[in-house]
Amino acid sequence: MQPFFQEAVIPHFNFWIYVIIMMVGLWSVIAKNNLIKKLIGLSIFQTAILLLYVSLGVKEGATIPVLDHHALTESSPTESSEGPGKKAHAINPDHYANPLPHVLMLTAIVVGVATLGVALALTQMIYKDFGTIEEDEVLNQIKALHDDV
Amino acid sequence: MSDHYPALVLLAPLFGALVIGLFGLRDHRVCLPVVISALGVSLLAAISLVLGVSSGGPIDYFVAGWKEPIGIGIQLRADAINTPLLVVIAIVALLAGIFSIRPAAERDSEKTPYFYVLFLLLCVGLFGITITADAFNVFVLIEVTALSSYGLVAIGHSKRGKVAAFHYLIMGTVGASFYLLGVGYLYLKLGSLNMQDIHAILASDDALADSRAIRTAFVFILVGIWTKMAFFPLHGWLPNAYSYSPSGSAALLAPLVTKVSVYVMVRMMVSVFGLDRLEANVEWGHFVVWLAIIAIAAGSTMALAQREIKKMLCCLIVAEVGYMVGGAWLGDPQRWGLTGTVFHILADALMTSCLFLAAGIFAKWLGALKLEDLSGLFRKMPLTAAGFVVGGLAIIGVPPTCGFYSKFYLIRGCIESGQWTYVVALLASSLVNAVLFFRIFEIAYFGKKTADSHGGDHGQDHESEPIVRLEPPLHTLIPLLVAAALLVLLGLFNGPVVEFIRTGLIETDAVVSTGR
Repeated sequence: MQPFFQEAVIPHFNFWIYVIIMMVGLWSVIAKNNLIKKLIGLSIFQTAILLLYVSLGVKEGATIPVLDHHALTESSPTESSEGPGKKAHAINPDHYANPLPHVLMLTAIVVGVATLGVALALTQMIYKDFGTIEEDEVLNQIKALHDDV
Repeated sequence: MSDHYPALVLLAPLFGALVIGLFGLRDHRVCLPVVISALGVSLLAAISLVLGVSSGGPIDYFVAGWKEPIGIGIQLRADAINTPLLVVIAIVALLAGIFSIRPAAERDSEKTPYFYVLFLLLCVGLFGITITADAFNVFVLIEVTALSSYGLVAIGHSKRGKVAAFHYLIMGTVGASFYLLGVGYLYLKLGSLNMQDIHAILASDDALADSRAIRTAFVFILVGIWTKMAFFPLHGWLPNAYSYSPSGSAALLAPLVTKVSVYVMVRMMVSVFGLDRLEANVEWGHFVVWLAIIAIAAGSTMALAQREIKKMLCCLIVAEVGYMVGGAWLGDPQRWGLTGTVFHILADALMTSCLFLAAGIFAKWLGALKLEDLSGLFRKMPLTAAGFVVGGLAIIGVPPTCGFYSKFYLIRGCIESGQWTYVVALLASSLVNAVLFFRIFEIAYFGKKTADSHGGDHGQDHESEPIVRLEPPLHTLIPLLVAAALLVLLGLFNGPVVEFIRTGLIETDAVVSTGR
């Protein structure tokens, strides 16, 4: 157990955390009967992935990726952090956190918010039509429903 | 101007959605001209891209000139695999757009501008997924597509439509999240999101490409995309979402959304992970082909059990997705299976479009939702019936419709790779399709007797009256007939299209394998 923790858990604890949070969300999506609880689960599920990405950009002892004026050359720290094999620049990329995953996650957060908005609007419509947001009651009413397409 | 065609394909519908949002709410008459002109511009741009690619090879376009790999450059790439799909998306969207226009007096007409805003945004998403060369942008555009399609499913009056849209939303979001997770793993290991960069890095480093993280990434991406395309065990959302949505939405969603997801899978296989890498892991291919066989069998069986027209067509989509996934993973060295898949994406988009347009007409002008309601169809609506018959024959795979040729190439791929079970599944499924459609044709032609038992009001009324021609108005009839004509045309001219796709596939493969 001890070596397992030292090799697999402690160096990669961000992965463990995201997987646990993600499974909590997924469980809630699958197991909960209330539509709003399902949506909360869905948000948790998405947020876990955001956390994974955000944790990718972290470097120990690094600062925010904003360059001082005097340090500004023709290249940006992002470029040098793109991969191995890039030549060394005047700016040491190790001093700056990688901003790219964070930028990506801004987009993903927007997507998540939009999804949640649409989902809540749908839930509202379901409540207006069926008078309930419990999934089993909705499905029972649907079974009794005649085609109204 | 001609340099900007890749961006124009996307921007025309986006701008159109904006115009409708601004002006369409006050005056509904703005909607149709804007939709037609926006999609018309996309169609012309897509056709020019096809011509450009066929004369000069793949076209790269960097949005705002931000070249990779400086930060997040947005690269669009038009090549032989995606340009024909762009043309087909534009055509199908145009047909569905014209089909769904409603006279101002009709019920739901107040929703027209909202419908068309979502409609055009969906087109933006589909075009974007097809043309982008960036793995993360695919995620964003998948979600643009998905969010508009949730709206389009729920926009009708059907109570079930809203519940179906909710379930679709849950499944769709989980699927897209898995895709995002896969892309995250790729970024984690490779530090790039550009498809060509990822492929170049993977091709140069075998140990890295075979590492567990990259495999996990691939599996996550596949599962996400399979959810989006309703591949068999993950298909639960599809039948309800498409059969309880309004006819106009179904005529756009059903043909395009699943096909574009199949395209994403092909794109991931060809230009991200690389076909030689997949061939090195043959057992993966066998596994997926078996999944596809199960999907085909399940889709066909479910279709046999359905009594409703749209539900039956939805189950057929599940089976068709099985064809395409299986074909893509056949792994024959001459790439006939993959070519068949790409050609089947085009063919199936048109076939499904034709059938759903016909089903929309049946639902609206005959009130026919069940198979039995179609009795006497040939006398009431000869032209609509003709369009439906062509669509049905294409799905069965009768020459000279394109359905025959796509199955022909798929089977050629099977034979060259020795996947005989898949051949059997394809042929058996074609037989099931024949049973399904000839049953409908029989009801439509000779269906007086069956009309007595189920919902026979329509049939009996028209028997006693002199036969009334109920042919729908031209704006709904023309899209159906155009779709039917295109099915035959694509079948007759399949040679050049297939050659274009296949050389493109082989070249893409060769180019990316050697790095840029």
